[in-house]
Amino acid sequence: MSLDFRARVDDRGLDVEFAIAPGETVALLGPNGAGKSSVLSLVAGLLHPDSGQVVLNGRTLVSTSDGTDLPPHRRHVALLAQQPLLFPHLTLRENVAFGPRSLGRPRGESRNQADLWLARVGVADLAARKPAEVSGGQGQRAALARALAVDPQLLLLDEPLAALDVAVAPDLRHTLRQLLADRTALLVTHDVLDALLLADRVLVLDHGRIVEHGPTREVLSHPRSPYTAQLAGLNLLSGTWQDDHVVLPDGTTVHGLVAGPPPSSGEPVVATFRPHAVAIYPDQVAGSPRNSFDVQITEIEPLGDLFRVRTERLSADVTAQAVVDLGLAAQMPVRFSVKATEVAIYGL
Amino acid sequence: MGRDRGVSLPRWVFVPAVIGATFVVLPLIAIITKVDWSHFGDLITSDSSRAALWLSLRTSAASTVLCVAIGVPMALVLARTSFPGQRLLRSLVLLPLVLPPVVGGLALLYTFGRRGLLGHVLEVMNIQIAFSTIAVVMAQTFVALPFLVVSLEGSLRTAGHRYEVVAATLGASPSTVFRRITLPLVMPGLLAGAVLSFARALGEFGATITFAGSLQGVTRTLPLEIYLQREEDPNAAVALSLVLVVVAVLVIGLARPERARL
Repeated sequence: MSLDFRARVDDRGLDVEFAIAPGETVALLGPNGAGKSSVLSLVAGLLHPDSGQVVLNGRTLVSTSDGTDLPPHRRHVALLAQQPLLFPHLTLRENVAFGPRSLGRPRGESRNQADLWLARVGVADLAARKPAEVSGGQGQRAALARALAVDPQLLLLDEPLAALDVAVAPDLRHTLRQLLADRTALLVTHDVLDALLLADRVLVLDHGRIVEHGPTREVLSHPRSPYTAQLAGLNLLSGTWQDDHVVLPDGTTVHGLVAGPPPSSGEPVVATFRPHAVAIYPDQVAGSPRNSFDVQITEIEPLGDLFRVRTERLSADVTAQAVVDLGLAAQMPVRFSVKATEVAIYGL
Repeated sequence: MGRDRGVSLPRWVFVPAVIGATFVVLPLIAIITKVDWSHFGDLITSDSSRAALWLSLRTSAASTVLCVAIGVPMALVLARTSFPGQRLLRSLVLLPLVLPPVVGGLALLYTFGRRGLLGHVLEVMNIQIAFSTIAVVMAQTFVALPFLVVSLEGSLRTAGHRYEVVAATLGASPSTVFRRITLPLVMPGLLAGAVLSFARALGEFGATITFAGSLQGVTRTLPLEIYLQREEDPNAAVALSLVLVVVAVLVIGLARPERARL
């Protein structure tokens, strides 16, 4: 299930080429108007390229050189958008069964498929409800079930969590993570967490061009474009869950709030916090807040009104005043401290 | 307890509004006061009355079916495609809304009449349309079609095509998308359009009398019967008018809740 994509759309200034390996999830990151949605439309068959070709599993979906242009319903590419877009006149079960039915499966088998998928995304008990009778998060789960029920060769995800409450997004992200594990998928997002937790690889799109690409962590830890740098500002620490806190490989402990389903001890987790949330103290300060990290500054760079203080793994955004008061400079050992309430912990 | 009262209307608005409502309602009351209730039953069940009512219902139903059969595809093409000349085509299709029905009747006569544009072809095929019940249905369809097209095109545009896109990516062919997604989503608009078309067909007079004539039991629909009886038997005309008012009220009453949901 591999995808080869090469397309140019002149009036949108888009010129992009990339490939997705079988079973791989690729995140397409980029600012608004960068052309992310156009890429999805090109793959789904909703937009025709001025030149280029899209090949899925050796099957040409569209090619401007030989004139091939499969209509959307023959592409075996399912789309999950920001809005669930469940058909309002059908129950959730009928919504999910719609795809299998359209592909010619018998009614009973389609219903069974629908129930199976609704159970997999955790809304089996809502099968008989109409979309208007479920919450946004439940609706998006059903929409995910509907997209997967056709067993698409490629799953397109267009900011699938962006419209959801912060309270329900982590749970659905967790579900997505499990269901995307060995699927070929293309995920459009501008949430770095989505990229980190769901994608194997990221492509960064800006002004219709791919400006960076590579394994997610690598791109985000060594950002080369301003957009990626801003995006990647999020601090991220991998470790394992122990009772009520995270233990990093070097033995440091991190306390925070668990987002999504609570992990069990020994499970791998990531702890994330924004650079804004970090306070910097001189190295030898006495007393220790709950989360503190002894680090060495690698560089200090201006970032709008603030300065971003980078270390090997972490960054902090502080005011110019703080830089002056503490006499911050490269190579200087300092202590980063962050409140537990500012740390979000995600199970992997 | 708070009550949402929105922004108040200027008081003077109520004066012309009430005058307008009176202007519409008063004539209806006038008709009711003129009805000869003691002979009402006999008047509306005379042979000619029953023939006219039966013919009207049959032809209006037939033309509504025709309107749906050709109006739905027309609305789809207007709402979901774009091609050069589409605006012009839309204006032309909607023309019967503003055209005097008599002119429409003449136009039909010059198209399908014996000496019309297609008259010779029809004659060779031994088909006689003008002054037949088929002509009544055609005249009614001609004037009623725009109501269905306008109503449905509006519904299609309101519904948008996002659901149709999703359905297509799930592997549904265009026909499946139309049958299982588009049609159910615009059903309220389609019903409203069909009811309006039926009502318009039921009241059709000018195009019918011009193109189909006035033959009892064949082309003399209820409005034509009322017009003819007006001189011979005014009481019968009034009674039949009331029947038409009642049917129209029932039809609009049926359509109202559907329209409110749009």
